[in-house]
Amino acid sequence: MLRKFNFNFTKNLFRQHPKPLAGDWLILLIGLISVIWMFQQFWQTAPASQFKIRQGNHIVGIFDLNQTRDLSIKGARGESHISIENGKVRFKKSPCNNQYCVHQGWLNRAGQVAICLPNQISLQLLGAKSAYDSLNY
Amino acid sequence: MIRSIIKISTIKAFSKRTIAIRTTSEDHQIAQLTALAIGLHMIEAIIPSPLPGVKPGVANIVTLYVLYQYGFKTAAWVSLLRVFASSLLLGQFLSPTFILSLSGALFSLGCLWIAQKLPSNHFSAISLSILAAFAHIAGQLLIVRFWLIPHTGIVYLIPIFCLAALVFGLINGLITLKLINKQ
Repeated sequence: MLRKFNFNFTKNLFRQHPKPLAGDWLILLIGLISVIWMFQQFWQTAPASQFKIRQGNHIVGIFDLNQTRDLSIKGARGESHISIENGKVRFKKSPCNNQYCVHQGWLNRAGQVAICLPNQISLQLLGAKSAYDSLNY
Repeated sequence: MIRSIIKISTIKAFSKRTIAIRTTSEDHQIAQLTALAIGLHMIEAIIPSPLPGVKPGVANIVTLYVLYQYGFKTAAWVSLLRVFASSLLLGQFLSPTFILSLSGALFSLGCLWIAQKLPSNHFSAISLSILAAFAHIAGQLLIVRFWLIPHTGIVYLIPIFCLAALVFGLINGLITLKLINKQ
């Protein structure tokens, strides 16, 4: 009895399986493409081309990432050493206690930030188009 | 004065007149279908969601089914009554959750009103379900953006919500199609 019921159930399940029509496939495809597009558009992690250094209240400058160069910026505690190396940038040396900024390592994606609070210096990587700034709001 | 009070009390005591709302068979039908939708909504409210805001929206199966079997007017009644009644049962009436639910329902109904005009020999319940799911999340995200979290940071969540709308819209559409075919 039970086996018969199960058999009929599975048979009916497959026979009555709904078939999507042409328009359904179209809508599904458009939906899928737009979702993929949205993932690319809103979750962009484009490589950065420039970065901005701030010290306290003012912007020290906007520097190009495509160079190899060492900078030293005077902050509230002393000099922070920042090194740029072909598309990436990092804090190399900083006169702060816990060295969070140095441990952040290399930054190369638009929107990434490294901040040294004791020395009041921050690096912000800029892309072709500015990413949504959730820090500054 | 006293006389009138006595009069009223006697009327109350001896008359068998009660206030009756005349209901049509259509009203009963709407009430029954809404009860089904509310039941599904309650079950869904119990199930924990891995991501806040991402829910399958199984009650929308009822809305879609009603749209196909009874027409748009009944579907609109069922959908909106379900939103109000469920919020009352869950204690969320007039809370942000309720407003989100209402705006989602209104947007998806608006979308369904337009989408039902699509040729039915090419577009089945699956199309309507997916479109309604997208409209639903669009309505909710607009409320979130302009009222609850007025910040552009929520754009990071849009792809996740849209993916959920696509997946659950498809599943709900398939279930609805199966239900309609069984009739």
